[in-house]
Amino acid sequence: MDHPVVKGVRFFLAHTPGLVRHGSKPSREIAKDPPLWETIRASLRGYEDALAYAPHQVLLGNLTPDALAELQAPWYENPLPEASASGPHGEIVDEELFYALLKAADDFDLVHLENGFVERLRPRLQAYRLRSERDLDHLKGSPLAAIDALIDQGAAPLFLRSGEAIGAIRTDYAEDASLAPEVLLENLAAKAAATMALRALLADSGTPAASIDYVIGSGEEAVGDRYNRGGGNLAKAVAEASGCINATGADVKAFCCGPVHAMVVAGGLVASGVFANVAVVGGCSLAKLGMKFRGHLQNEVPVMEDVLAGFALLMGPDDGESPRLRLDSVGRHTVGAGSAQQQIMAALVEEPLSRLGLGFNDIGKYATELHNPEITDTAGSGDVPRTNYRLIAALAARRGEIAAGSEARDRFVREHGMPGFSPTQGHVASAVPYLGHALDALRRREMRYAMFLAKGSLFLGRMTHLSDGESFILEANPKKGQD
Amino acid sequence: MELKGKRVIILGERDGVQAPAIEACIRSAGAEPALVQTHCFV
Repeated sequence: MDHPVVKGVRFFLAHTPGLVRHGSKPSREIAKDPPLWETIRASLRGYEDALAYAPHQVLLGNLTPDALAELQAPWYENPLPEASASGPHGEIVDEELFYALLKAADDFDLVHLENGFVERLRPRLQAYRLRSERDLDHLKGSPLAAIDALIDQGAAPLFLRSGEAIGAIRTDYAEDASLAPEVLLENLAAKAAATMALRALLADSGTPAASIDYVIGSGEEAVGDRYNRGGGNLAKAVAEASGCINATGADVKAFCCGPVHAMVVAGGLVASGVFANVAVVGGCSLAKLGMKFRGHLQNEVPVMEDVLAGFALLMGPDDGESPRLRLDSVGRHTVGAGSAQQQIMAALVEEPLSRLGLGFNDIGKYATELHNPEITDTAGSGDVPRTNYRLIAALAARRGEIAAGSEARDRFVREHGMPGFSPTQGHVASAVPYLGHALDALRRREMRYAMFLAKGSLFLGRMTHLSDGESFILEANPKKGQD
Repeated sequence: MELKGKRVIILGERDGVQAPAIEACIRSAGAEPALVQTHCFV
């Protein structure tokens, strides 16, 4: 079997504290208690704090997950003395630049930014390495009075963390709940985040945009109108905005499990020869901003869900260099597999390992749900990566591949796992945050295999009580260095 | 606790014990589920 390779990945982060009020939980709570916004706002971080926040630097590739595990916690109280807005795996932008990118992504004159604010943004967008000429054309301002009139008609106001009102987002079809301003804001943000990640990936890898054949969207946004709620295909919008003129695309929907499903589908398309160069993208999840703000306020920690994240990765035929996605390693949580965690993890981890004749210790690192525990634990939701790693260790112990007991378990978790470092951005946090580090380590032969596994909360949509899961193994390219 | 004949509200967690797994247990104990929901905390 010819296995596809993963050539590269880029993450795009945007620190958007002013948009936290539009997150699902904050927006519902602020509607009931408007002064609450000022309480939330007082606990939001500035850009410099978000930049120096160690977990973000891990996502950008400036710090490894293992190095993060050695840093003094809590990380929000121990900012890195040196931090960069860009790294080998991605970049982070501040909220002002993100508003410019939101406007740039808007093909329907939905986002209206105030004239003075736009003049402030123009030189920044002009200097931004990933912007296009079309982006600059889109950056037009509106008078404050016109924006106020739109808000009176139902447009959603837009603010900075400082409280400065800078614009609004409107709908162009007031009777359509699927095109409500808040929905369009979510979708445009997802488009902007995925587009910037894909543009960065293409630029940094020297890949011509015109060489991309197919783009798969793997995010959780629901693009569509009243007759096609969630009809989708943000992928093609991202392909267009990234200059991929020879590509079409489609979305793969599977809640948080979407990216892993999309990578397996992309690998199948490459291996079968249907398409040679396939990009998988995932936009951000604006609805999840401030999701756990209650717990953060209660525990007097910053409201840390203030960052949007998107990603793009590129897959293609075996180039003899890049790590291979082993299509014979795909693990599935089938309908009949059961709902107990032991059954789920056995299906995702143990069964594929057995099929390939591998042991648990043969996998250098397992990439599972990588939600930052500092965000979840402080809000009473536990440390999700650690829970998953302990279960994998328990399966290894049951097979006699590690000793029983907490000492061997903790050693296995330390050596084969990692601390969570991803913003709680749904599908973005599921396994893929480790991809950049995995590609680096596999290329350097620091390990031979890495396993990626993700779970999806299908039950949230009320169509089934089931959850979902899928996994695959990345392998250091065996052809590398043979010539 | 004797569950036989009782009605049970079941709240599961995706990364912990999911609701269908709890449901299977309480049904085997002779109880009847009144609500079965799994929640996701991330």
